[in-house]
Amino acid sequence: MIPIYYFLILSAVLFVMGTVGFLIKKDLITQFMCVEVMLNAANVAFIAFARSASSLNGQIIVFFIITVAAAEAAVGLAIILLVYRQKKSIKTEDSSLMKG
Amino acid sequence: MAVFLFILLSLTCIGSILGMILSKNQAHSALYLILAFVCTGGLFGLMSAPFIAAVQIIIYAGAIMVLFIFVIMMIDIRKGLSPERKKWILYPSLGIGLVLIIELIFILSNTLVPSKAGTIESFGSPKTLGKVLFTKYLYPFEITSVLIIAALVGAIVLVKKKEEK
Repeated sequence: MIPIYYFLILSAVLFVMGTVGFLIKKDLITQFMCVEVMLNAANVAFIAFARSASSLNGQIIVFFIITVAAAEAAVGLAIILLVYRQKKSIKTEDSSLMKG
Repeated sequence: MAVFLFILLSLTCIGSILGMILSKNQAHSALYLILAFVCTGGLFGLMSAPFIAAVQIIIYAGAIMVLFIFVIMMIDIRKGLSPERKKWILYPSLGIGLVLIIELIFILSNTLVPSKAGTIESFGSPKTLGKVLFTKYLYPFEITSVLIIAALVGAIVLVKKKEEK
């Protein structure tokens, strides 16, 4: 039986890696992947709490998170394709029309 | 044995996410991310959630990442490369990350973790999970299907080219 804290620490590390990656990367696709990493970190924490409380609710929530992530990925990638069609680039620096 | 598996899977997961962040090529990043998701699926299996582990590997590492790779295939990544202008953003974001991880670990070390000794044998199996999903969570489950069809239609409408008249 692995202590629950290991999983919680792992989830925190994954979340922070996703955040830092989102801040330092400069293309939309990799930033979107970092958002998926952050969602995944939340899933790890939910599963850990579900096991420690012996309650199935946490696992059900993870199931819904995965479904919502699939929908989000479809719409987000469609938006990235639209940005690419307009700007011919997926760098965030090239879509700075509103920067003033 | 379980601790060894946990260390192996979590180190592979963290390493492949580092590779994803550090690699310059988006296709390589996507492949690293698939490895990370498979490792997370293994971790879910360790935490007595076999059904969620299968869902993670099939939907995340399968369906979502295939979508990513399709989009990377359609986009000419070399074309839009502009010279990296802002290098200074690296240090503030590393600082933010450091503060965030210290905060999270501080919070987690004060968390009250409920622990009930002795889990049931069939905990997290597809049968028990399906029973809960189709009784207690029936309405959220049905609403999720509406959400997915809305996302599907929305994605098609967004990407569809307008017909010239």
